[in-house]
Amino acid sequence: MAQEPMLGAKIVLKALVDQGVDVIFGYPGGAVLPIYDELFQQNHIKHVLVRHEQAAVHAAEGYARSTGKVGVVLVTSGPGATNAVTGLTDAMLDSVPVVCLTGQVPTHLIGTDGFQEADTTGITRQCTKHNYLVKSPNDLARVMHEAFYVASTGRPGPVVIDLPKDVLMTKGEYMPPTRIKHKSYKPQVKGDLKRIEEAVALLANAKKPIIYAGGGVVNSGPAACQLLTNFARMSGFPVTLTLMGLGAYPGNDKQFLGMLGMHGTYEANMAMHDCDVMLCIGARFDDRVTGLLSAFSPNSKKIHIDIDPSSINKNVAVDVAVVGDVAHVIEDMTKVWKSAQIRPDQDALAAWWAQITEWRAVECLKFVQDGDVIKPQYAIQRLYELTKDRETYITTEVGQHQMWAAQHYRFDKPNHWMTSGGLGTMGYGFPSAVGVQMAHPDALVVDISGEASFMMNMQELATAVQYRLPVKIFILNNRYMGMVRQWQELLHGSRYSESYSEALPDFVKLAEAFGAVGMRVEKADQLDDAIRAAIATNGPVLMDICVSQTENCYPMIPSGKPHNEMLLGPVADGEQAIDAEGQILV
Amino acid sequence: MTTDINTHTISVLVDNESGVLARVIGLFSGRGYNIESLTVAEVDPAEKLSRITLVTSGTPMVIEQIKAQLGRLVPVRRVHDLTVEGPHVSRELALVKVVGTGEKRVEALRIADIFRANVVDSSNESFVFEIVGKTDKLNAFINLMEPLGLVDVARTGAAAIARGSESI
Repeated sequence: MAQEPMLGAKIVLKALVDQGVDVIFGYPGGAVLPIYDELFQQNHIKHVLVRHEQAAVHAAEGYARSTGKVGVVLVTSGPGATNAVTGLTDAMLDSVPVVCLTGQVPTHLIGTDGFQEADTTGITRQCTKHNYLVKSPNDLARVMHEAFYVASTGRPGPVVIDLPKDVLMTKGEYMPPTRIKHKSYKPQVKGDLKRIEEAVALLANAKKPIIYAGGGVVNSGPAACQLLTNFARMSGFPVTLTLMGLGAYPGNDKQFLGMLGMHGTYEANMAMHDCDVMLCIGARFDDRVTGLLSAFSPNSKKIHIDIDPSSINKNVAVDVAVVGDVAHVIEDMTKVWKSAQIRPDQDALAAWWAQITEWRAVECLKFVQDGDVIKPQYAIQRLYELTKDRETYITTEVGQHQMWAAQHYRFDKPNHWMTSGGLGTMGYGFPSAVGVQMAHPDALVVDISGEASFMMNMQELATAVQYRLPVKIFILNNRYMGMVRQWQELLHGSRYSESYSEALPDFVKLAEAFGAVGMRVEKADQLDDAIRAAIATNGPVLMDICVSQTENCYPMIPSGKPHNEMLLGPVADGEQAIDAEGQILV
Repeated sequence: MTTDINTHTISVLVDNESGVLARVIGLFSGRGYNIESLTVAEVDPAEKLSRITLVTSGTPMVIEQIKAQLGRLVPVRRVHDLTVEGPHVSRELALVKVVGTGEKRVEALRIADIFRANVVDSSNESFVFEIVGKTDKLNAFINLMEPLGLVDVARTGAAAIARGSESI
């Protein structure tokens, strides 16, 4: 059993290989040079050199969310680690499994304000699921394996391993991954059967039920998504998904009401408000979803399935809580449902669907594309129509374009939609697309972007070019930070304070400067040809789509309002529409 | 669920590893929970376990959250809400320094006697009392010392344990 002691840096690499890692995203620096030296001397793991450490984490997130595997990041100490903090926080809020290896000054220099020293474990304590500072090479293998276990099980999340340089350069014992029995960390996978029976009993008597599912279903895996779909079909219940959950249920299915929440559909939000039994699966009653809490779905019994006990009763008190992995719990629910031969009240369900059909008739997402000026919704719609028959992965940045993408692109499969939901990180989408493309070299990967978001991580064009990643960047360029402008229009008398994208670069030349292909699309009738040409181009393409500057994202639940008070279009006086309590919310 | 704010005493058994206390405290400050007192010490050197006694206050929903959030921390082994789980014993120790002469000095000593506080240091014009008891008792004692020359207080915060044969 006893192996030859090996260098700490070698242990790190061996542990990565034994964990099945094939790609890591990173940026070298003094403290991690020993690991880079080991990387140089092996062929198992491919390293992708990003151009900023934040992008490394987002790339790892894109990789993780499109594969279900753990994304791995390698950065140096000090600024390398602090640059990664935004990405780690993003992964934390969206429950993405990431292991981030950070360099650290040698142990004897820790605490001396050494060159490129930062208290990485201190800084990342609140934005990781867990973190480690390894002080002996003999602990390295155990910590590495444990980190993958913690990152990928339970509610997934980012884990940081801080690696002092002397630990990397000293020999220690390696141990292969074994079945980890952690002393304190034991996520509950199976749901309590009694609670599940209570949940089924509530659902069986529902007259106006709704299934509200989120990213937890995607995280649980494709099997969970299939089980959810089967359960919905068996019960005949309507389904709505959160931003993070898109793809967990087929976007073109007739039982699907679209996304819910602040920019969700009218029918989804009205159904949430009026339902009598709500089945929440792997979602967390986030403020973007609930609107005004005190008026959130006031007359419903609520069932909540979540693997994280701290998500239960956090924002909304529920009637039945089932802690466990979504796939296991839905499977058990289905069994209970079938063995009890449950058949919900068909008349009530028909009446409920009739009501939903009326809400659908409002056509809350409709828009009119006329003339040359491209409507952003139209651009997304055309992108969808021209890419839906391929294996397409969509990432987004944050803002109006993100909401339009969520509204108008339809996802039939999980793991094909990567967006920054919880943290709302501008600059997420492009590096995330790099990570997705690394995992799926033959797929079409499109970053739906805004011009402001893109500029937050545009340096990654160099990465895309270097690794010949044919990522398509689909910039909906309205020359504004659109969502900021929309809120200023609604709440601040159209005083567009600092939200105009002044001094924009020529994006075509910018792409060309990096060695990529740039395209500008100015007229609606040029769009289809441009999209086809971009897809046909064997390399990264930056599409600068000049869209209507004044278009706003509707429908919208104004802040501080309940689900049944959506704005379906522009209002005369936004400050009138949103009361003082709503105005302090973000 | 009620929105009354109540005080709860929570016992947390944690792996005694570096940063574990910072995780617990960071959770409270990061999520805006109250800490009324917190005590921590290693209780099982062989297993490297520390026990944290936390006194906090909040609505039932907030207290549930605090427990769930504590349970989510990787090095946390067990979380017990002593206030809801049954009768428990809670004790705190305080060192109280009182400076004065004459009648005030005599009165301080007399009250200390009533409270069964011990004198652990004494000079011509000062006493340091050691008092052990429930938090309320310590508060009462300190209040009484206020007019008698109270200059310094050091308190440990509550340590608490369930009554009966059950262990954490």
